[in-house]
Amino acid sequence: MFVPRRSTAALLMAVVALSACKSKPAPAPAPAPAPAAPAKPAFNKDSADAAERARAAAAAAAAAAEEARRNAAALAAVKATLAKVVYFDYDKDEIRDDQKATLEAKVPILTSNPALRIRVAGHTDDRGSDEYNIALGQRRAASVKRYLAARGIADTRIETISFGEERPVASGENEEAWSQNRRAEFEIIGGGDSIKAPK
Amino acid sequence: MTRPRPCARRRWRPAIFALAALLPAALAAQDTTSGVRIGLTYTAGTRPGVYVAPVAGAFADSVRAMLSRDLDYGDRVTAITPDGGDPLTGALNYPLYARLGAQAVVQASVTPSGSLHVALHDIAAAKVSMVGDFPLPQTPLSPEWRLAVHGVSDEVERWVTGTRGIAQSRILFVRDKGLWIVDSDGANAKPIGIGGSTAVTALSPAWHPSGRYVAYCEMGDQGTRIVMKDLQTGRSQRISARPGSNLTPAFSPDGNTLAFAAGDDGTDIFAVNPFTGEQPHRVTVSRGQQDSSPTFSPDGQHIAFTSNRLGHPEVYIVDADGANVEVLTSTGFGDQLYRSNPDWSPDGRRVAFQSQINGVFQVMTINARDRSVQALTSEGRNEDPTWAPDGRHIVFTSTRSGAKQLWVLDTETYRMRQLTRVGSARQGAWSPRLDNAK
Repeated sequence: MFVPRRSTAALLMAVVALSACKSKPAPAPAPAPAPAAPAKPAFNKDSADAAERARAAAAAAAAAAEEARRNAAALAAVKATLAKVVYFDYDKDEIRDDQKATLEAKVPILTSNPALRIRVAGHTDDRGSDEYNIALGQRRAASVKRYLAARGIADTRIETISFGEERPVASGENEEAWSQNRRAEFEIIGGGDSIKAPK
Repeated sequence: MTRPRPCARRRWRPAIFALAALLPAALAAQDTTSGVRIGLTYTAGTRPGVYVAPVAGAFADSVRAMLSRDLDYGDRVTAITPDGGDPLTGALNYPLYARLGAQAVVQASVTPSGSLHVALHDIAAAKVSMVGDFPLPQTPLSPEWRLAVHGVSDEVERWVTGTRGIAQSRILFVRDKGLWIVDSDGANAKPIGIGGSTAVTALSPAWHPSGRYVAYCEMGDQGTRIVMKDLQTGRSQRISARPGSNLTPAFSPDGNTLAFAAGDDGTDIFAVNPFTGEQPHRVTVSRGQQDSSPTFSPDGQHIAFTSNRLGHPEVYIVDADGANVEVLTSTGFGDQLYRSNPDWSPDGRRVAFQSQINGVFQVMTINARDRSVQALTSEGRNEDPTWAPDGRHIVFTSTRSGAKQLWVLDTETYRMRQLTRVGSARQGAWSPRLDNAK
């Protein structure tokens, strides 16, 4: 006898809610869910709306996250292109033909991000004189800067430094290690917060 | 009592080799014979034999070992130091020492007040020829105390040969990205608190002729700059942080000019008075090529430096005002065109440098006047030669024992010794005589 009485009360409340909706005496915050049997208690509507809003927000957030992920991936790709290392021949500062594409890929990024400033660091292998190699690394960085300047990048946006043979990426007394160490590295030193991918 | 003149070096070499061949035998005799040795001859007239008698007083064995080793490392005399024995007392048996091959006997004692009393006996004249009293610092065996004893060795060498020794000097070098210092006999190798990390790497140390200041290249994430540190006050001062690179500092012999290489499109040699705060002025114009590693002639009128202006590294000479550039190492020796790291000898006659033979660096000297070249090394990779203040010894980096270590070479006798035994060492810079410095 206790249980039916309770379900009757619930039914009564649902009817009241439906009639209120029908006569539109007061603006309902949202369309009521389709009546179900047994109908949901009206006091659940707010939490249902909240759940719906949360679902929508989650979807939007997911979309935004996806967008951000895409942007981040694009930005990472841009930064990776900008950072891609250029390699040199022994005791040489000329840009090798097989390295020009690496530099060319950086040009549109620098062109479409005029606030971007970079630092080019020249490195050498450890076969020459320690001291002369700092000067050689500087010459390699300067050679990269000249190349980019010739492609229209203001040379005030490019700093050059050298680490000589002091910061190798590969160890070993062989051509494989040496060739990896004879390089120019690129670092963003300004305008890196709002990089756009080139159109 | 006179050393072979450099122009006669070639003539003397067979004699020197013969001597070198005798030395192991002499050393073996030292090991097995106690007391009197007979039958050893020491090429009188070129390297006088000096007997360092057992020393009396506190820390006598250390004093004797140091005096003897310093005289030996000086390469101007032959130190005779049999093991053991008692300090000399009473009149010397001069004929006995003459038969031992000694032309001089060093008789030393540490006085109760802690100073070192030294008498030099001239064996041929059978009399004491020189006497000196040398105060020693309070703490026996401390670095200061050892430096003072080295100074006594140098004075004894002057008494015997007429030329002061170089034992009282130290060598700065690069280890683990920082600057280290070591005594001339290889003792007391330690860092001096400059550099030592990737963020602050110190390279290319250079001594001021006073021994008070050191200039070096500091490398950090922002690149390189030239810094000068006052070793007395500990104060550091940035000398050059030009755009691009700043490297290879070198003081002029009068100490008023610091030359270095700098630039962002190629490097040029600059010069500045580091004590007045003036702006550096350009000495060489490389036109986009690289000039580096300047070194002054002893009269301060010329600078030798490395440049690739003809397409490969060679050593050039320029007037200190930038006029009259000419290539120094232009003759066709060696098979690879890579010569660098010049260091002008204190007597002005020779420039030491490194040159590739079969792709491996070797240390050489070139005569500044007639341009004759002499190769000094052949074993392992050898580079970065720097003259000792006597203009006769050279410290350089060699891989002959495995990792890079500093070695000392006597350019007159070609005797060689390993100076450092740390993990690795390079870019040695020999101090001036430190008679007045701490």
